[in-house]
Amino acid sequence: MSGAASPGAPRSGIRFDGVTVAYHGNVVLDSLDLTVEPGEVMALLGPSGSGKTTALRAVAGFVQPVRGRVFIGDRDVTRLPPHQRGIGMVVQQYALFPHMRVEDNVAFGLKAQKVPKGQIPGRVTEALAMTGMDSYAKRYPRELSGGQQQRVAIARALAIRPGVLLLDEPLSALDAQLRSGMLSELARLHRELPDVSILYVTHDQVEALTLADRIAVMDQSRLRDCGTPQDLYRRPRTEFTASFVGNANLLPVRVGSGSVLFGGTELAVATDEAVWGATATLCVRPHLVGLGPGPNALRGKVAEVQWRGSTHRLYVDVAGHRVKADVRELRATPALGDEVTLHFAREDAVLLAAGVGGE
Amino acid sequence: MLVHSRGGRWATWTVFFALFLPVFALPLLVIVAASFATNWSGAFPSGFTTGHYGAATTGDSLQALTTSLVTALTASVLALTVGAWAALAAAALKKGGRRFMDALFVLPVAVPSVVVGLAVLVAFSKPPVLLNGTRWIVILAHTVLVMAFAYQSVSAAILRLDPMYEQAAASLGARPLLVLWRVKLPLLLPSLTAAAGLCFALSMGELSATMMLYPPDWTPLPVQIFAITDRGSLFTGAAVAVVLMATTLLVLLGVSRIRTKASFR
Repeated sequence: MSGAASPGAPRSGIRFDGVTVAYHGNVVLDSLDLTVEPGEVMALLGPSGSGKTTALRAVAGFVQPVRGRVFIGDRDVTRLPPHQRGIGMVVQQYALFPHMRVEDNVAFGLKAQKVPKGQIPGRVTEALAMTGMDSYAKRYPRELSGGQQQRVAIARALAIRPGVLLLDEPLSALDAQLRSGMLSELARLHRELPDVSILYVTHDQVEALTLADRIAVMDQSRLRDCGTPQDLYRRPRTEFTASFVGNANLLPVRVGSGSVLFGGTELAVATDEAVWGATATLCVRPHLVGLGPGPNALRGKVAEVQWRGSTHRLYVDVAGHRVKADVRELRATPALGDEVTLHFAREDAVLLAAGVGGE
Repeated sequence: MLVHSRGGRWATWTVFFALFLPVFALPLLVIVAASFATNWSGAFPSGFTTGHYGAATTGDSLQALTTSLVTALTASVLALTVGAWAALAAAALKKGGRRFMDALFVLPVAVPSVVVGLAVLVAFSKPPVLLNGTRWIVILAHTVLVMAFAYQSVSAAILRLDPMYEQAAASLGARPLLVLWRVKLPLLLPSLTAAAGLCFALSMGELSATMMLYPPDWTPLPVQIFAITDRGSLFTGAAVAVVLMATTLLVLLGVSRIRTKASFR
């Protein structure tokens, strides 16, 4: 496989060094420090307005930071115009040039970078083949489906063999089925191009968990958390991460030794770093909460039952808090108002010191 | 369709034609009828002839047609080039600068064309730039008059153009000039041709400023029509008017064909 990054091309990562972006005095990205290692897939995960797209656009050169620097490899690109940055970019709406055939779209970057004429057709075919679009070279973008257009857009970005690939919600415009197909496609592309660093902006935790080597969680213009998907999912460090990644139950508790107190019930959890007597937040994933008696039992009233095919989602009011539980499809579903018992294992709960990740 | 019932639709069409026909179509039909007549004393013209068209397509009138075509084409191309350039430049400016440009380019429309004609006459009748008495003063005045429309339609199209195309091109390593040439201008082509058609049609029919400026060897068709009818040859004047109308329509038709080819979505 002669991938996008040619053998001699420098392996370049991305580094944000205190990058702040503001529009008309309105801060949309607040002193971001983040390093994407060469060859790493970093997902910027967050709700809309969290600053994640702004961070990507700062790398592309479409927004100018008011403070801080952006590095691609060892190069400080903060003041460079976009066309000198050597990046590949794919956006949600594909942005294929509608007046050019697929092959001309892909050749555009090669011509712009003055690749010798003789090499262009070969590189166009190679890039299109990578995304399985080589038989559509003569089509116009309007003759392709959304998924096909996105493949061409990816081929176009890879044809110039960038060291850094920026993906801005690349799958958001596709329907669910196509999305999971493209997701594995992107994973395959990255296996084939191990030297390309990828910055992947998304609001979809499944995409981030599936693709990323590390995830940077963003909220309200700030970086809240950063770590491997497993790390963030199993041991979230902030309440925001816990609820945004995996939609966890967050229960206010008072810390004892080896246990916490939740609404009068004593629950056995690891309390290593927590201060005795302090208030803290207990984080339990809904799918790790079981129905029926067991250790760490919680009694409450059923407030809502949702059938989700293979699972049932129960909302149970326990001591004034609504606890979510995803359980295997039930033969007999509890009625609203029924008193039920929930439980979870000691090792499935994570204790977050109160206020962490808040302000 | 807003009106659903059959009766309602009928009524709408009837009202439309009752208003449309007398205001738009009838005057044009009258001109066409007059161009084939030798006499019009009753309600309808009489004495059918095609003789006026002989006069309308030879000699001075033919000369005037060529003059008008050359003037309109040159003025349109100039106005489009300068107008589009200015619109592209204005789009890159901050809000204040853009407002200033918008106001500047609306001036030729806001000011009566007679005044524009007079202004051009006064400005270019003395050295250093002496254009009075040459065809260039007519072309210049037409350019100034139609440029406002070129600027406005291209400006509006630039505003509608999604910046993502430009950004995609830049991220692929294209310099601004290449982005303009290979991406922005092709995407603006439908609006550019529409603007060109508008400029051409306006210039073909321009009379008031032209009257103040035209030299004897550069008489555009509207001036010719005015002169002929002023002399009392109403039917010949009508025939020349039909020639003007037909030529303009033909060119606009050609332009709209290019436009259809150039629109992608």
